[in-house]
Formats: sequence, C-alpha cells, structure tokens
Amino acid sequence: MHDMSSPAAHHGAPTSFIRKHVFSLDHKVIGKQYYALALLAALIGMALSWIMRIHLGWANFAIPGLHFLSSTGAPGNVLTPEYYLQLMTMHGTIMVFFVLTTAPFAAFGNFFLPIQTGAEDMPFPHFNMMSFWVTFVGFWVLIASFFVGDGPTLGGWTQYAPLSAIGSVGGPGQGIGVVLWATSIAIFCVGQLLGSLNFITTTLDMRCRGMSLMRLPLTAWAWFITSVMGLTAFAVLMPACILLILDHVAGTSFFVASNLVINDQVLPHSGGSTLLWQHLFWFFGHPEVYIAIVPGMGIVSHVLITNMRKPMLSHRVLIYSFAALAALSYMVYGHHMFVSGMNPISSLAFSFPTLVITIPSTIIVLMWLGSLYGSKLRINSASLFSLGFVSMFISGGVSGFFLAQPSIDIMLHATYFVVGHFHLVMGVAAMFGIFAGTYFWFPKMTGRMMNETLGKVHFWLSFVGAYCIFMPFHYLGIAGNVRRYQAFTDDYLIPLIPVHKFITIAALVTGFAQLIFVYNLIYSRFKGAPATDNPWEGTSLEWSTATPPPHKNFGDKMPVVYHDPYQYSIEGASTDYVMQTSPEKVINPKEEK
Amino acid sequence: MATTVHEPPKSPADCLPSQGSGNGGWRNLVPADGEMWRVKDYSPPPASTGIWVGLASITMTFAAFTSALVVRQGSPNADWRHITLPPVLYLNTFVIIASSITLEIARRRVATFMGGLKDRVEKPARWLYATLLLGVLFVAGQTYAWLQLKAQGFGIATNVSYSFFYVLTVAHALHLMGGLGGLTRVIMKLSKSVLRRSTLDATSRYWHFMGVLWVYLLFLLWMKL
Repeated sequence: MHDMSSPAAHHGAPTSFIRKHVFSLDHKVIGKQYYALALLAALIGMALSWIMRIHLGWANFAIPGLHFLSSTGAPGNVLTPEYYLQLMTMHGTIMVFFVLTTAPFAAFGNFFLPIQTGAEDMPFPHFNMMSFWVTFVGFWVLIASFFVGDGPTLGGWTQYAPLSAIGSVGGPGQGIGVVLWATSIAIFCVGQLLGSLNFITTTLDMRCRGMSLMRLPLTAWAWFITSVMGLTAFAVLMPACILLILDHVAGTSFFVASNLVINDQVLPHSGGSTLLWQHLFWFFGHPEVYIAIVPGMGIVSHVLITNMRKPMLSHRVLIYSFAALAALSYMVYGHHMFVSGMNPISSLAFSFPTLVITIPSTIIVLMWLGSLYGSKLRINSASLFSLGFVSMFISGGVSGFFLAQPSIDIMLHATYFVVGHFHLVMGVAAMFGIFAGTYFWFPKMTGRMMNETLGKVHFWLSFVGAYCIFMPFHYLGIAGNVRRYQAFTDDYLIPLIPVHKFITIAALVTGFAQLIFVYNLIYSRFKGAPATDNPWEGTSLEWSTATPPPHKNFGDKMPVVYHDPYQYSIEGASTDYVMQTSPEKVINPKEEK
Repeated sequence: MATTVHEPPKSPADCLPSQGSGNGGWRNLVPADGEMWRVKDYSPPPASTGIWVGLASITMTFAAFTSALVVRQGSPNADWRHITLPPVLYLNTFVIIASSITLEIARRRVATFMGGLKDRVEKPARWLYATLLLGVLFVAGQTYAWLQLKAQGFGIATNVSYSFFYVLTVAHALHLMGGLGGLTRVIMKLSKSVLRRSTLDATSRYWHFMGVLWVYLLFLLWMKL
C-alpha cells in the first residue's frame, strides 16, 4: 500500500542527476533502463552460449581465460561436465527472464505504452521505479551465484525437483546456487507484478480523449494482454520459489520425496511431491513464453503496418487472437510434462488445447501474410526484422504441431528437436521483435537515426545465421541427439559431432553480427543523423509528439484522438496517412464505429 | 485531481460515457469532424482499478499456495499429520472482522467529513486509529500463535502440516502489514487534509480483502491440516 493514488501527472520534471537518470519516476527513463539491463543480460547470455557451443564442437578445446570464471568449473580452461550444465542453466535463466521478458515487454512497453495511450505517465510512478530497481537487484543476485560457493545452479532454467531441492548433495551449485537462483526469480516476479499493475491501469484508466480501446495500436494491446498474463503467471511462480527456498533453508519437504538416496546419502526429507514443482513452474512457464512472444507480435504488426502503408486485414481479429493466445496459454502448460509420469489422461487433456492454440497462432500468421500480400513494403531494418520474425515464428511453430502430440513428444522431448523448436519460436523470434522495435523506435527514444546499412547487414547475418544454428537442431533431434549432454561419446552420437561443429561456427558468426548491432546502437546514440518527429510517417500517438518526447510526453497540451490507429492510404486524404490526432475528416468504411 | 479532502464534483450519471472506462470509453469516440461537445471528461481514479488488479495478483498467489497444499496432501507416501490449530487464531479472526467493521465506519465518516459536513463529524480519524490498533493486535495475536507453537516444539520443518501453516499465516501477515502501512498513510494524509477518497476506498478494499482472505485461510487450515 504505497503511493497507490498519486496520479502520474503530479510528479514534476526532475532536476537532479539522481532523479533524472537513476531513480527516475519517468516511464521513458525506466524503459531505457530496462533496455540497457536487457542488453547487458543478452550479451552475457550470448557469451555463455558461445562457451557452451565451442565445448560441444570441440570438447577438449581450451578457451583462454575461462578459468577466471571458475577455477574448479574450468580447470585448464576446459569446461567440466557440471560447469557446462551450470552455464546452460544461467544462459536459459538470463535469456528468458532478463532479456525476453524485460526487453519487449518492460523496456518498450514502459517507454511507449503511456505515449500510445495518450497518457502523461504511468499512474503509479513509484511502483514503476521500484519495478525496475527490483528487477535490477534480482539480476545481480543471479549473477552473484557465479562467484559464491561452487558456482551457479546446474538444474536448468526449469529447476526441476527433486534435484533443485535437495541441496549441495545434488552437485555443484545445488546448495547456495539454487537459493540465489530462486531468490533472484522471486525478486524478479515482484518487479514484473509491479510493472503489470502499472501497464493494466495505464491501459484502462489513462487513455486520452477519444482513445477507445479499439483505437489503441496493436502494440498497446499486446502489452496490455501480456501484462494480464504477467500478473497471474508471476504471482504463481513467486510462491513456488518461496517453497523451494524453504526446502533449502528451513528443512521443509515440499518437493522432495521420502527416502530419497543421492550419492549414497539418505535425505532427511519425507513425503514431498516432485510433480508439484513442475505444476507450479509450468503454470507460470507456459504463459511466460507468450509473455516473451506476444509483445513481439504487437511490435511486428505495428512496424509492418507502418511500412506496408495499410492496416492489417482485421485489427479486431488480431487483438482477439492475442487474447485467445493468452487465455489458452494457461490450459496447455501440461504439455511440458508429457514425460513426467503424469497421468496419461492428463496428457491427453493438455494435448488438445495445445493443438487448439495453434488456431489463433495461425490466424495471426495468416493476418500478417495476407496483409503483406500485394503491399509495397518499405524495406528498412525494422521491416526486415519484422519479416524475419514472421519467418522464425512459422518455422519454429511448425515443429510445435509434432511436439503437441504426446506419442511423438515422448521420443523427441529430451532431444535437440525441442531445443530447436523453442529457440526459433520464442527465442530468435522474440529477439527479432526486439531488433525490429529498436530500429523502429530508436529515433523516437534518442532523437537520432540508426545506420540503415549496418542494420541490414545485421539482419542478413542474423537471419541466415539463426537458421544455420537452429534448423540443424531439428535434424539432430530426429537423429536422437539428446540435449543437456556436454560431450558426445556414444557410438551413435559421434557421427553427429560435425553438425555440432557447423552449428558452433554459425553461432560464433551470428554472435559477432550482434556486435555490429551494439556498435550501431552506441554510435548512432551519439553520432547518428538527427531524427525528425515522424521519420517513418506513422500515425499512432508516439509520432505526434516531439522527438525525443518531453517530460509529460505531450508538453502541456494533451492529445485528442480522432481516428483508428492505422489510417494509411486513405482515399481523399491530403497525405498518404492520417494521424490519430488529426481532426481531418476521412471517409473510411473500415473505421471503427 | 486536486489534492484536497474534497473530491471534484462527480458528473451526474447521464453525463458519463455509457460504457467503458477512461476518457476513451467504447462509445466515447471523438467524432472526426471535431465536435468536441459530444465528449465528456471522465476518468476513474487509477487507484480504483489498480487495487483490483493488485488483489487479483494476491488471489493468484494464495491460489497457488492452496493448490500446492492440495497436491502435496495427495502425494504418495504422504506424511500428512493432523494438527490442532492454536486457539488464539479464532480470537484473531474476531479481531480482524472487527477491524473491517471499524474501517467501514471510518470510511463512511470520512466521506461525510469530505462531503463538507465537518460540523456533524468530529475526529473522523478516530475509527481509523481503532482499525490500525486492531490490525496490530491481529499481527500480535498471530505472532503469539507462532511463538506458542515454537515453544511446544512445532517448527516449520516438524511436518508438512506445520510447513503449510507457517507459510500461509506468515504470507498473510506480511500482506496485512502492507495494509497497516496503507492505513497509516491514510491517517497521515487525512491529518494533512490531502486525503483523496479513492485512496481511502482502495485501502479499505485491500483491508477487507485481507479479512476475507484470513477467513478463507482459517477454513482451509482447519479443514485440511
């Protein structure tokens, strides 16, 4: 019960450095802070993946300097099997939580949701500031586990019990490492709950005059729907993490069964339910993948519409499909547990909605493709990455049809097939959404344009590179290559090592391509060409204010909205586009009534 | 919205947009020819929406704890033991129900006070102090229950029933202490004459929810443990 009622409008323009750039109440600064955190996390996550990939291709290759990270985990600069798993866990956790959730949702959402709804700020700016700083602390608690005890946890980003709950007898990082992991994630949950509270209230209560719900751009809808998912999903993960921490520090037995013997030791726990963790985790975990992808879908739709110069075939159908994804995401979580020993009837019950959820996904894809058909798309870095998103989402989504069926999933579940599936459909696709958003909104966020040539080079290297990395994963999976192995010594796996070497080279090249992006980002921030207020000739509210937007977003005069968000190529209009704030009367049979 | 004890006068119902919330309700579109007279200013205070959003989140958290309890109870090799709840919990239940009643009285009195009838309502904060006191008494009662159990040798790891007992009661107490913070803030704002009605309403909803949640938890603990 903090400052629940102080309206955003009441915080004045900050004057001190601390208030302006560090503990800022301004949603735009908080959005940028989230972006910077996500960028740092992405670079760390990528570096971890490089180390793992090199090890998978050349198991005995000494990576110079690796022993500085952990002398016991990488003696002689070569990963131990345990340390490989520890890095894998950290890669997954950092990427899912601190990149795919923070960048498309918290970073862009914070910066642009209030502007697109026509608000001066979020309604609870103190909560908003806390949201970022809590997330920031959560990140460093997680990173701290690299340097405490015997390193970070090795249990995977899903932290399945009982391995996660038995303590240090389970291996390196399973003691204090798990406690730090669970603490970090519980803290992260608090941050996202505070963020979701602001997002939902902004969308419902802070809209400017004339901004009906259906006049909100697709990005605003995507963030709103994502925040509803976040509000419910993170509220479940947090208690799960608390129970996990208690199993470690208080000697409780929530997740560890009776008479469990690990490394010749009988554990003191009794009667715990190992499946309980999976139920709680995946009730969060599946909505989480939609939390990662739906903002990207909104961004991509927004960018494509602006560059196609025409709205999507149906604004409403896209919104309803986003909402359907969110609603169904709670009913499908059991498909992660087909091989857990769960009742087969439950598997069937979870398989059906999993297949049903492909319907809204397919509708969304068909909306994109149908709208793109025949359009004269303006080719720039943002639109290319949007096309890349569509491509990745389709390629990764198709393998989902196979995995949705328990009989096939039982064979493929523990293989690289699943790794390829989720990396394409919610990893790379969501990253492409972040890139599309960055190239599109960078001018508005900083007042400068990004370099388009570097952007296109970045796109083509990333696009080809991502396919070179993740398509072979499917082949490896079908060939029976199990995941989570740090080296391939079985007879049937040895012939697959050349494929891993190819993937590793592709990963390194694609990774270096991301450094072009980082260079472009930093260079353009200081030396980029100055941006106009509306460089892409967009129609939504972020393009009707100054670049970069002033304190309170619109100066002293609040905007009034007269039109649907995407009025492009309207017959009889004076320009190719009619902004939402333009009082110009247009005759458009499709405009919402 | 001005920061005074007086709310701006609410528009009569027929001037409000017929549906939806915010200035952009469903039927509240600004016509393209700029006929602004058709648009009415109305925006619910964000605290009114925000508190429901927050309560939804808290509901999910306790639903997760409840489902954990049910699943854990049904796990094979169950070591479930029946425990007797400390009797002070029933007394605490009366305390928290009483606190909701005092808060509701306070809310109505403050509303009358804000409505300009200051001469008819003296010291509207008195009932807020009573609520705060009952809230503190509840937390003290819960603490007494924990200490009593601890003195009897029943800790969080004694068996799973106690584990859930401690987790649920402590989680509720922590949330309730947030409510105490909210009440303190309301009292401070009232004393400075900067209290807004929406703040008081949101705090009341939160407090009542804590009461309902406690009754639910007591029923759950009584039935399951």
